[in-house]
Amino acid sequence: MNNLTLLVFLPLVGALLVAATPKAAVSAQRAITLVTMLATMVLGLSVCLDFDGASAAAQHVIERPWFSLPGASGSVPIAFKLGLDGISVLMVALTALLGPIVVLSTWGHIHERVKEFMVWLLVMQTGMLGVFLSLDLVLFYVFWEVSLVPLYFILGIWGGDRRLYATIKFFLYTLSGSLVMMIAVIALLYQLGTADIPTLIERVSSLPHGTQVWMFGAFALAFCIKVPVMPFHTWLPDAHTEAPTSGSVILAGVLLKMGTYGLLRFCIQMFPGISLEAAPWMMGLGAAGIVYGAWLASAQNDIKRLVACSSVSHLGYVVLGLFALTQAGLRGSVLQMVNHGISTGLLFLLVGMIYERRHTRALDQYGGIASVMPVYAVFFVVTVLSSVGLPGLNGFVGEYLILLGSFQASPWIAAVSVTGVIFGAVYLLMATRKFLWGPVTHKANEGLADLGAREVGLMVPLVVLCFWIGFAPNTFLDRTDGSIDALVKRIDAARAVRTAALAPVEAPLVATEGETR
Amino acid sequence: MNLTDQTWLWAIPALPLAGSALCGILHYLTIKARMPKRAHGAHGHDDHGHDAHGHGHAAHADHAASDHGAGDHAHGGDHGHGHAKVEPGLSAFAPWIAVLAMAGAFALAIKGFLGLQGETHALESPAWDWIDTGTFRIDLAIVLDRLSSVMTLVITGVGTLIHIYAAGYMKGDKHYAKFFAYLNLFVFAMLMLVLSSNLLGLFVGWEGVGLCSYFLIGFWYEKGWPAEAGQKAFVMNRIGDASFLIGSFLLVKLFGTLDLSDIVAGVSGLLGDPEKKYELLLAGLFLFGGACGKSAQLPLFTWLPDAMAGPTPVSALIHAATMVTAGIYLTVRLNPVYAASPDLLFFIGAVGAVTALIAGSTALVQRDIKRVLAYSTVSQLGYMFLGLGTGAWAAAIFHLVTHAFFKALLFLGAGSVIHGMHEEQDMHKMGGLKKHMPATYFTFLAGAAALSGLPLLSGYFSKDEILAHTFAHGGAYRILWGIGIATAAMTAFYTWRMVALTFFGKERFDPHHVHPHESPSVMTVPLMVLAVLSVFGGLLGLPPVLGSTHALEHWLEPVTAAGNALLAEHGTHALDHGTEWMLLGLGAVIALVFMGLGIRAYVGGTARDEKVASSAPGLARFLQGAWGIDAAYTAYVVRPMQLLFFVVAIVIDQFTIDGMVNGAGAVARTCGDRVRRMTSGNIATYGLWMGAAAALIAFLFLKRIG
Repeated sequence: MNNLTLLVFLPLVGALLVAATPKAAVSAQRAITLVTMLATMVLGLSVCLDFDGASAAAQHVIERPWFSLPGASGSVPIAFKLGLDGISVLMVALTALLGPIVVLSTWGHIHERVKEFMVWLLVMQTGMLGVFLSLDLVLFYVFWEVSLVPLYFILGIWGGDRRLYATIKFFLYTLSGSLVMMIAVIALLYQLGTADIPTLIERVSSLPHGTQVWMFGAFALAFCIKVPVMPFHTWLPDAHTEAPTSGSVILAGVLLKMGTYGLLRFCIQMFPGISLEAAPWMMGLGAAGIVYGAWLASAQNDIKRLVACSSVSHLGYVVLGLFALTQAGLRGSVLQMVNHGISTGLLFLLVGMIYERRHTRALDQYGGIASVMPVYAVFFVVTVLSSVGLPGLNGFVGEYLILLGSFQASPWIAAVSVTGVIFGAVYLLMATRKFLWGPVTHKANEGLADLGAREVGLMVPLVVLCFWIGFAPNTFLDRTDGSIDALVKRIDAARAVRTAALAPVEAPLVATEGETR
Repeated sequence: MNLTDQTWLWAIPALPLAGSALCGILHYLTIKARMPKRAHGAHGHDDHGHDAHGHGHAAHADHAASDHGAGDHAHGGDHGHGHAKVEPGLSAFAPWIAVLAMAGAFALAIKGFLGLQGETHALESPAWDWIDTGTFRIDLAIVLDRLSSVMTLVITGVGTLIHIYAAGYMKGDKHYAKFFAYLNLFVFAMLMLVLSSNLLGLFVGWEGVGLCSYFLIGFWYEKGWPAEAGQKAFVMNRIGDASFLIGSFLLVKLFGTLDLSDIVAGVSGLLGDPEKKYELLLAGLFLFGGACGKSAQLPLFTWLPDAMAGPTPVSALIHAATMVTAGIYLTVRLNPVYAASPDLLFFIGAVGAVTALIAGSTALVQRDIKRVLAYSTVSQLGYMFLGLGTGAWAAAIFHLVTHAFFKALLFLGAGSVIHGMHEEQDMHKMGGLKKHMPATYFTFLAGAAALSGLPLLSGYFSKDEILAHTFAHGGAYRILWGIGIATAAMTAFYTWRMVALTFFGKERFDPHHVHPHESPSVMTVPLMVLAVLSVFGGLLGLPPVLGSTHALEHWLEPVTAAGNALLAEHGTHALDHGTEWMLLGLGAVIALVFMGLGIRAYVGGTARDEKVASSAPGLARFLQGAWGIDAAYTAYVVRPMQLLFFVVAIVIDQFTIDGMVNGAGAVARTCGDRVRRMTSGNIATYGLWMGAAAALIAFLFLKRIG
């Protein structure tokens, strides 16, 4: 049963089923979507459990020839190739897990055009799983684009008042990134004559240095926009603010991870040498994002915008850790991608739940919510603490590993990034205070109903994960062992080559290599 | 050393954790039972804001009637029972659970202590495999050694007394069970802090106590300002924590592990390499930065006075006896790291002395009884760091222990006074309470005598030991000694000013409205036990000159040996008996003289304060505001940062970055307008254009790189 093709296309089948229902059969549409997402979750988690973390090789591989494209030396075969490795395994698990949670969350806020919404949710699930599982570059690109379209509609149809602006901004940003990436994809295929990602990883080093720099740059730009890395981030707060809760949860939980995943898979794994050269810049951008995002968040009164800005800060940690190119940094980043999906996903869920009751996102419209909704307050505080990186919860493990790894690579950049620990506490606790504590100052807040069973139920798995990752992160880290060890070996080899190349004795070799350009 | 399986050690922190969980459940059940019968159907799948309105008034009425905490005490002559409409319900069981958990942990601490006799220097539990960093593993084990056993006994022993007291003090509060859930959780975190085998495990406790402190300072969050004080405490602690993290990275770089015993054992091997020695100094400095946050030292002490917004048992347990001593514990735990650098030691001593002076002088003019004690705590913690700065590890721990006794006593005594005075904290509105509250009065006297260093009481020996060590170091340390002596004089003065204003003289409150009463025995019995400890606690560390061995110093030797060996390389500082007697005598004279002055100035009432305020208003304001440091932070750090946040959000993000994006969009739209005239409006044509453009770009790109 652990078939990746089935996993990827199961949601699409569900989408077709939903599409076949009559428009008014809202309950049926919801039920089909939920069941499909649950089945996908079970299948996804079982695939991830049936995975040997000690091995670096892709597992559960499925490969079927698809079509071919012309290349520099004969035709390039394109395959339908899926596989799971230590870099994708946690992302697949996270995507699969968030699926049913997102569907359940729509009960509260999607009341119009339910059928379409459910179809888009399911299509997006297929797209996202495909992105993480593709081992063929063209297939990856196809899934990448497929996953963009549903969010475009979700934002544009079910979004807030400024949804048009936000949608166009989101689309233009991501599209420009995608186009740049497409060029790099075409160039890569054309030059190397294969679209098979593991083969590409082996062959890329044969390209001239200058070509590699350009390709790295194209991929990096596309992924940095997606993450988003400061200064390409301004689409994100707008998109999050306007998106419906479920859209925000998927966007923060999974879609942004496509960017960090891409950085890891295509920039670092494919171009370890160039990554070493780019590392100080990328780490710098990561650190800048941590601090800048936190400052930005500190100035917000719109709580959803605040959470969106906090994403910029938290994903800054991920980029920082990735380009530290150390064991601790990489492991921390892979874990932090999951952590961010959980804690930011929870934050958006919580913000959505209060929005459904009060129809405002302005912090100054709240205050004293803890007195009115004690259960809600408990979930909110736990989530904030997870986001702040309190030891014992998930955020700490990721942050600590990232900061430790980046300290090993660059103490100064790490020292700047550590201030994020302070600023993170500033904006999250400030928001908590304005939101939860103090007297109930607005009449409209006095009668708010506390969380219901559905709302508690859909958050419980995520809260359990917060504690689980906090206390036993090795359950998750172990699955990435093999792949990250192999990756670090590649990076070390590239570093050795680079050190040798930089040594004066080897200088002529560099010159001849440069000549070939 | 430990051949047997010591799994039971995990039970020491686990007991309060379990207690916390149970109290949490009780709290949930209590508030659930108290909720007006809301239609549960409202929670169904259509829970929109509008249907919640119907229940609004019922919920609010409940909220207003049960306006809790301070309010309850203020009106009920019978502390809480009389006025409070809150039925304790199931939460009445909470203190029993919490106290039992504490007593159990205390019993286990004694078991551990008894197991550490003779050649056994440490007991270690099996480890929990926590984080695999890829290059080294971070394991958590519980290690009970000589130092952590002292800390554990204090935490669980004093903690149990404070829990019992709190059962009386918090009675009638509508969040009674929640209070004990937090308090037990705090003890769990504090025990993790002192029992962890690993620096990162210690950090779990370190941040955990900070979190509980945040919750407990803001316990009466509905009032607003306690929540702000909690936030301030958390953020200032986080500044220290960031420093702590950098220190830990440096330790990983130097030792390749965060295991505390490996670090301690590895220090001497590094000192041959000047670069590593320098990095070790930096690591020590950054970790000390963390200690400054947690232990409220310059420049990070301003959160502690504000932390008094929490209920008084919290102030006693967290902000006097245990959490704030974490920085001292950390420094002693890593003593060879500090011993390796005399400069760093002097720096720590200087920070401690200056903090002691600033806080001690601030305590002279406070009117709020809890703020006097808060500044006094900062000041006494400064003494402990002064002791550490001389390498007198055992002396610092000695003062930590005696301070835990007498300061917990004083806080609880102050709580009893506040309780009896219906939530009055201003000493100017007290006076003459000794006849109303005899038990509180006598126990408070014992605490005050110990704090002010009256001869033969616990504080006398522990403070004088620190000062003697400082004196013995000579050189620049003599300046620190001078500061220490001056602070000792202030300590005696403000302590007895507090006693005089509170208990002596005439009543300055309206007897028709305020009826001071003694607290129930659940509160006074813990006071009596602490009073006995405050009086006799000095026996733990009688100076050798009195013909006794310093029991605590001897006990801690296995822990401090590594640091002491390094210190010995820089020469030893011993005092001859004559000097030692002289210093002991000087300490006694100063304490007695300034006690007399303090009582004489304030036994007649508040006139002296008014005189100071009118004759030297500048000085009074300066001292009142702790030398203007907090105000300076607000003016030069907090405000500019807030400005920065808005500049970043509006000017940089919205106008500059987003402005460029929107500008580019506008340009594109204009171009698009022109281009539109060339196109047919046919989607296929657009696609063609797009494909062609992409192909062109790809072609140019390939040409360039190929």
